[in-house]
Amino acid sequence: MADFDQELDASGLNCPLPILRAKKTLNAMAAGQVLHIIATDPGSVKDFDAFAKQTGNELMESKEEGGKFHFLIKKS
Amino acid sequence: MDEKKLAIIATKGSLDWAYPPFILASTAAALGYETQIFFTFYGLQLLKKKLDLKVTPLGNPGMPMPGGMEKFMPVLVTALPGMESLMTAMMKKKMKSKGVASLEELRELCQEAEVKMIACQMTVDLFEMDSSQFIDGVEYAGAAAFFEFAGESDICLYI
Repeated sequence: MADFDQELDASGLNCPLPILRAKKTLNAMAAGQVLHIIATDPGSVKDFDAFAKQTGNELMESKEEGGKFHFLIKKS
Repeated sequence: MDEKKLAIIATKGSLDWAYPPFILASTAAALGYETQIFFTFYGLQLLKKKLDLKVTPLGNPGMPMPGGMEKFMPVLVTALPGMESLMTAMMKKKMKSKGVASLEELRELCQEAEVKMIACQMTVDLFEMDSSQFIDGVEYAGAAAFFEFAGESDICLYI
């Protein structure tokens, strides 16, 4: 897993909470910083894909590991 | 700024109908949409400080029940005293166990994301509702005023 500046554990939270929490956390971060999000909601895979596309933040990585979904989002 | 706009007209006041407006609005706001919700008729219940919304299978043939009960439970049973409260409690418990956000939390997230919440003045007067019962930050307007925003919106939903 590449380097990240902050981690957000959204395990156990379902739509739309992972996205909303991520948005909130990203707001407090500086441009260029990377947020690592852990989620258990299978819907979050598509959600974060759409989130990255629509908000212009880069989705650097999206993978499943150990039964959880991991995302790396870089704040633009 | 080329921001997309989402307009929602919320007209229902039961627990199951309360989720869609707040989930859609908060998600849209997270995606960068400018969002406004116009609460009218029973949708006004969603603006109360203390939310006490119910859900009932009575008249709701599409509502699934645990154990596939909805397939054989007679409609008359759903009309029995206490059934509505029981079903509401069960629904809330299920939502909690599945990690679904509470209505209060979703509504708060909407407010944080600066989703504009507008109460229909006409129906507030119609039902003689006390505006002190509502959460802070609610604006009051009529349909015509809402159309100013709705007319420009990219997505307009009637819930």
